[in-house]
Amino acid sequence: MSASDVLPHSAIIAILAMAAATQLMRLGGYWLMGHVPITPRVRKMLEALPGSVIIALTLPAVVKTGPTAYLAIGAVVGFMLWRRNEFVAVAIGIAVATACRAYGL
Amino acid sequence: MLTWQGFARAAAPHLDMTPMHEPDDHGPRPYWSLAGLGEGARRVLPVVAGAAVFGTAFGAVAVQKGLSLSEAVLMSTIVFAGASQLVAMEIWTGQFTAGTILTLALITAVVNMRMLLMTASLRPWLGPLPPWQVYPMLTILTDISWINAVRYRRENGADASVLLGSSLTVWLIWVPVTAFGYLAGAMIADPRRFGLDLIVPIYFIAMLVPIWPGARRGIPWAVAGVVALVVERLIPGWWFVVCGALAGALSGGFVDERK
Repeated sequence: MSASDVLPHSAIIAILAMAAATQLMRLGGYWLMGHVPITPRVRKMLEALPGSVIIALTLPAVVKTGPTAYLAIGAVVGFMLWRRNEFVAVAIGIAVATACRAYGL
Repeated sequence: MLTWQGFARAAAPHLDMTPMHEPDDHGPRPYWSLAGLGEGARRVLPVVAGAAVFGTAFGAVAVQKGLSLSEAVLMSTIVFAGASQLVAMEIWTGQFTAGTILTLALITAVVNMRMLLMTASLRPWLGPLPPWQVYPMLTILTDISWINAVRYRRENGADASVLLGSSLTVWLIWVPVTAFGYLAGAMIADPRRFGLDLIVPIYFIAMLVPIWPGARRGIPWAVAGVVALVVERLIPGWWFVVCGALAGALSGGFVDERK
């Protein structure tokens, strides 16, 4: 069997792999703190991580989607700067995207 | 010189039950109580509505991506990390090879790497408790219960049940709302028409606005974006997520904090 073969029950294996990766992070931080000093530099790297993950994940998708995504995201960022409510912001973004699609963008 | 003890510690460090230096925040010693469970639940109640909406959204996206109901519920039960579950939905094919499972596990680890910092920060408080009492509880830690625990400890709280109670509350909501979102999402015939294919990028970008760290400390975000766009053009698959995120985090370690 090679690495390019689809595995049997592959969705379940994928979920188990995700769980293992996540639990390693949950348990690893607590364990590490008792055994390895976390330097200021490592701490800064970990602090920069969440924003970097989001940008790396969404930017290529946004660029690929084009004008509909630009308008929806512009509305979301604008609303978030005005009122800090991510659930209203998401609703507005979805509404803008729906309107764009209705007008054939 | 490499001694047997040194080798054993390097090969299986978890067997060494005495940490080299137990950090201490000089707060009151941790303990357990039944009342703490309720206290923990009460503390997260104002934000569980948000978690419920988020979990429902995950279920609705999962049905579009072709997961079965039991797969979606299993993922919410044992992964129980919303951001990484939504990221997984962005790259879900349902037909995985060993290679794509490895990629998925790596991306999940990168998305959840913040949990390293979160549970590390709990050690000064929970360290005096025996490990068998702490580690099981950490498997259901979330951002919400963590931030509540940090606030509770700053108020000089010591009851570990408060953390367990808030984690359990979020978990007991997250799993059923996944199923609810899945069943509701199954009724939407054309998700693209209602912009639902954009719900994950939109949600993530909304979450970015409050954590914008300022122009200088925002440099890692720019690095992450540029690297992701370039890698996405050059390498097939989802490596651009891993490369972009790690490039951003690494650059974050070298950003000069001085004004």
